[in-house]
Amino acid sequence: MAKAVAGILLLILPHILWAQEIELPAGLGNLSTMIQEADEDYTLPFDLSGFLESRIGRRLQNDAHEKGISIGEIRLQIGVEKEFDSLTFNFVSDFIYDPVLNKHSVDLETGQGYVDIREANITFSPLEFMDVKVGRQVLTWGTGDLVFINDLFPKDWNSFFIGRDDEYLKAPSDAIKTGFFFGNYNLDIIYTPRFDADRFIDGSRISFFDRAGGDLSGRENPVVTDRPDRWFGDDELALRFYRSFGAYETALYYYNGFWKSPAGQDITTGQALFPRLQVFGATVRGPLSRGIASVEAGYYKSADGAASNPLVRNDEFRLLVGYEQEIATEFTGSVQYYLERKLDYDQYLASLPNGAIIDRQNRHLFMIRLTKLLRQQDLRLSLFNFYSPSDRDGYLRLNISYKIRDNIKVEVGGNIFYGQKDYSFFGQLKDNSNIFTALRYDF
Amino acid sequence: MKNILKTLLVMSFLWSVPASAMDVMDVVKQANHVSYYKGNDGRAKVNMRIIDAQGRERVREFIILRRNDDDTDGKQKFYVYFNKPADVKKMVFMVVKNMDRGDDRWLYLPGLDLVKRIAASDERTSFVGSHFFYEDVSGRGILEDTHVMVEENDTYYIVESTPKDPQSVEFTSFRSWIHKATFLPIKTEYYDNQGQKIRSYTALKVEMIGGYPTVTAASMEDHQTGGKTLMNYSAVRYNVGLPDKIFSERYLRKAPRKYLR
Repeated sequence: MAKAVAGILLLILPHILWAQEIELPAGLGNLSTMIQEADEDYTLPFDLSGFLESRIGRRLQNDAHEKGISIGEIRLQIGVEKEFDSLTFNFVSDFIYDPVLNKHSVDLETGQGYVDIREANITFSPLEFMDVKVGRQVLTWGTGDLVFINDLFPKDWNSFFIGRDDEYLKAPSDAIKTGFFFGNYNLDIIYTPRFDADRFIDGSRISFFDRAGGDLSGRENPVVTDRPDRWFGDDELALRFYRSFGAYETALYYYNGFWKSPAGQDITTGQALFPRLQVFGATVRGPLSRGIASVEAGYYKSADGAASNPLVRNDEFRLLVGYEQEIATEFTGSVQYYLERKLDYDQYLASLPNGAIIDRQNRHLFMIRLTKLLRQQDLRLSLFNFYSPSDRDGYLRLNISYKIRDNIKVEVGGNIFYGQKDYSFFGQLKDNSNIFTALRYDF
Repeated sequence: MKNILKTLLVMSFLWSVPASAMDVMDVVKQANHVSYYKGNDGRAKVNMRIIDAQGRERVREFIILRRNDDDTDGKQKFYVYFNKPADVKKMVFMVVKNMDRGDDRWLYLPGLDLVKRIAASDERTSFVGSHFFYEDVSGRGILEDTHVMVEENDTYYIVESTPKDPQSVEFTSFRSWIHKATFLPIKTEYYDNQGQKIRSYTALKVEMIGGYPTVTAASMEDHQTGGKTLMNYSAVRYNVGLPDKIFSERYLRKAPRKYLR
């Protein structure tokens, strides 16, 4: 009986406790009309943002072809945005002091020198269903995570491999982007009047395997290219037609331009070439189980006669399948599979000179990304690994960043390349494995 | 003896669920409506001060646009445009809140011009590093819990809610003090299986905006870590006339300035 009473008391007691009077919030019971506070916001006549950072890194091993320091730079980014009635002007430029490279003359195409303009564009909507962005801009589309098939906008592989912020993987384009929006159907047309190449691995910062020379090569002998550079003659066109079906996003792509990194060689001058390229592709992305799945495919049609020309890269079929989901609280994982299949493989084999390195028909690549957030998301741990079973090589990206304050971040990271062969995609970069640290102030 | 016990239990039950003029589900529905569905749409500037146990402070500032698909208190779309901190400025987070399945989420990263689709995470994880969860910002489905009216006084309906799927949440139950005149939850406390208070929401300020009583200041405290987040709303407007089309990839890449000022 005593037990029963105790039990009943336990049942009742909380009710008595909940009956406590709680304080009414300010305003309730005397509901006033809100006095709108004036926005004290901007005193500048335009919107200003940017950051200042220093980033230092070094190679983990000796590289006979490069400096020991892999990155050592101070970077100031200034972004200015100004809205007028119907147009927005946007300008973002980096100012860099970088002693790793010995050349400092400004080249806005390759990003070399003290100034690298990332954006200088005007956006407007001439018609209700149309957006236009003209000028220097960063462009991205497709479904891959650090892998691109139908995104043929310029990449900066040097920045990516030496540990600059992820945003520097994308190099700017000088282009006109026009978007048409017809309800469910949308079309983007991007015209680049003069070819914008990748900021590819040319040896000046990162050593690589030079197949013509049959050995590793670096800053003493950087790649010399014959870059298509005629305005309106050597132009690029990229189209994307997209629509959603419920939660599933689909798109078709077309590109007509050039291989973005060298994919050919002039036999007489030895210069690296950017052969013609057309790409036809498609993507689908949407929810699957507890995550997001995506599929991207592309048919790369190289220059005419590529199949039988050992100096020009063949046609290719490329496929990417990805899946991402949350694994645990503040912990996300993703996996991707990428296939690069050389077409006309028999012709490729037949055209190779004796003793040449023979690429496999299929290059398989598996990727995994793990991201963990801690301490109210101020501490971020991230791992991204590329592994190719066909090339038997890989690349591990590690990054830890911590926000000391809202606007101050410290970061350490590493780029580790591994592989059995000196000439495989990642294997050739082994001597470039590096660690870095950065301190960044945002404003 | 058994009969006495039974009677007492039944009495206790009856006593704890006093006859109310309103059905508990109606109260919960109304509270959900005034908290998350006022007007056809709404916009607000939100300032969050995230304070940890050591008193260190982080600030988030964003504009939030919300549009109801219809008037059934169902599907909604959210567009969140960040102003602060500086490293996420101009970043956009977009959510389509579905009733029949997980939310669809997108993130726009302006530095890369990247529209990223994000996996719908656990609704009970931190929203932008604050002590508010995603679910606190966009609403918890009222059918996910069993609701019991535990008390009704002059000012409040006090509702106890227990999750139908206890595995999916970090609490064992929560209790809401719902203001009778406005149906605004003024306080919500979350308890663990020991009955310990682990988390609590408090409305700090209510103002009348566009005819709707609106919470313009609120806090969320985490009693386990000792941290809390203070959230302030300003420039609140309802029935702005947000077009459905701004919740699309087009406007992720090109922010709808008109509605963000």
